[in-house]
Amino acid sequence: MALIEVKDVRKVYRMDGVEFEALKGVSFSIEKGEFVIIMGPSGSGKSTLMHILGALDVPTSGSYLLDDREITDMTRDELARVRNAKIGFIFQGFNLLPRMNAMENVELPMLYAGLPAAERKRKAEEALELVGLLDWADHRPNQLSGGQQQRVAIARALVNDAPLLLADEPTGSLDSKTGAQVMEMLVSLNEKRGITVVLVTHDSNIASYGKRVIGVLDGLISSDGSKEKVESRVGAE
Amino acid sequence: MISFVETCRVSFRAIVSNKMRSGLAMLGIVIGVGAVIAMLALGAGATFQIKSVMSSMGSNLLMIRPGTVTSGGIRMGAGSIPSLTLSDATAIKEECPSIEEVLAQYSGVAQVVYGNQNWSTQISGVTEGVFVVNDWQLKLGRPFTEQDIRSAAKVAILGTTVAQELFGYSDPVGETIRIKNIPFQVIGVLESKGESSWGRDQDDVVMVPVTTAQKRLFGMSRADMVSSITVKVRSEDLMSKAQEEVTFLLRQRHKISSSQDDDFTVRNMEQAMEAAQESMKVMSLLLGSIASVSLLVGGIGIMNVMLVSVTERTREIGIRMAVGATSRDIMLQFLVESGMLSMTGGAVGVFLGALLSYVLSHAFSWQTVVLPGSVALSFGFSAMVGIVFGLYPAYKASLLNPIEALRYE
Repeated sequence: MALIEVKDVRKVYRMDGVEFEALKGVSFSIEKGEFVIIMGPSGSGKSTLMHILGALDVPTSGSYLLDDREITDMTRDELARVRNAKIGFIFQGFNLLPRMNAMENVELPMLYAGLPAAERKRKAEEALELVGLLDWADHRPNQLSGGQQQRVAIARALVNDAPLLLADEPTGSLDSKTGAQVMEMLVSLNEKRGITVVLVTHDSNIASYGKRVIGVLDGLISSDGSKEKVESRVGAE
Repeated sequence: MISFVETCRVSFRAIVSNKMRSGLAMLGIVIGVGAVIAMLALGAGATFQIKSVMSSMGSNLLMIRPGTVTSGGIRMGAGSIPSLTLSDATAIKEECPSIEEVLAQYSGVAQVVYGNQNWSTQISGVTEGVFVVNDWQLKLGRPFTEQDIRSAAKVAILGTTVAQELFGYSDPVGETIRIKNIPFQVIGVLESKGESSWGRDQDDVVMVPVTTAQKRLFGMSRADMVSSITVKVRSEDLMSKAQEEVTFLLRQRHKISSSQDDDFTVRNMEQAMEAAQESMKVMSLLLGSIASVSLLVGGIGIMNVMLVSVTERTREIGIRMAVGATSRDIMLQFLVESGMLSMTGGAVGVFLGALLSYVLSHAFSWQTVVLPGSVALSFGFSAMVGIVFGLYPAYKASLLNPIEALRYE
């Protein structure tokens, strides 16, 4: 069953009267349990695509079904609820709240889901344990290494049991060793827990972790298939 | 949706994490509320003082003064016709059932001499009712008797200020003083009443029998005339009845036909008190509204800080929105924050204002009363200021685009 169904999605930005078409009609679908990498150079429209997939933005035209719900014509607050319940975000810059400790950062999505305090604590502990940071629960982001911060962010993305994990350059701020650890964690979450992972990157090394790679170029899908195909394509460039 | 309690916790932490700025934001409200509280306390204190002075004079008093006369189209001032007499006073006492006691007064100013000391003071010619009606007490000696009044006796009772000026600390009772070169025997000294509410020294007075004042000191064309009659009514419920009785009796005695106006005026002390209180109320309202301008300025200070705070925390807002905060959640968070700032400022301001009015009342012996109503009013107003001035920054925060907010450095 498809978790994500994107049909002919276009996104047009207007800036100072000048129109710019970031996405020119993109269609694909992603099944539950897939590990998909969306790859493309900067300016290709992959960030725009990620914002739409993450319900942070809506397409200008086309249709986006997430878990069988149409996202395109939702209001701001409906989008917020979708993000809260269906999507876990992992960002390049971690995006943890600096004044809160790891535990509180992980609790944040549950706060907006309206869960009672005891349940929040239990689930946050579970999530931190899963990423191996339960002992660091009372540390603030600036007391944690980059890899640890990203693992806190992963715990935060998991805590609401969202079916979709959306990662935007998750290793971009990490050295290659910790980057690899984070990627392995995402792979194991995908394999062991069946969480759908969609990862956006421009780094072809990361693409090797994906079972499926969607290439984006100039606002269009340039390739969609197994990683070997894309690697050969990228290598040919 | 996030619960309100959690929103309050989030807002509280934001306030605590930037103490310096939060403190400065609150300062305006603190000063504003403090000023309002102190000003209203001063106003309420003054009103309270007037009230207590008036009630010490007795609120169940009627003041009867000679009326005005119209002569050739020109209306003369109060007292322009000498219409009240001592026999009017006697008649009121005898014939009006609602009246407890009557005081007729006839006063002037004269030099009082004792030995080589002299002092210019008010000579108040009174009837024996003065002790009941005006609530005077004797410190030494005896009051006037009916005999003193009838015979225009040359006896005097001194106010404490006069006694002090003429006799120092020795006992004046039994001594002889001279007023307008007439010897008077001092028969008593009054208990001190202090300053009146408008600052006159009430103890700077010499009392003599009203008849003595009329006949021996301040001779008048009509020997029987008095300058005012004050009556004490048996109870406050009988005020209007007493007023009717007095008016009816005096019209009858003065042979005023039904088509003519009174040649006297009867004033209710309660009305005078109400007028005084009304003017105090206007004054404290004025003071309060001037002070509330600073509260408004404080509100603008909060708005300024909140706007800076929203800009500074754009990324935080983006993160919160990404994990599922709705516009309403964000709006509420910042509204609660500014509300908390202003309410904390308000609470501190109430405390400081109360402290200030305490200091004022002790350092300058101004009476101040911190009314619960004015505390509630200024606290409520400060909370409102916080919410109103927090509205725009909160609205601004809630409208942020999550994508741009997340990118904000």
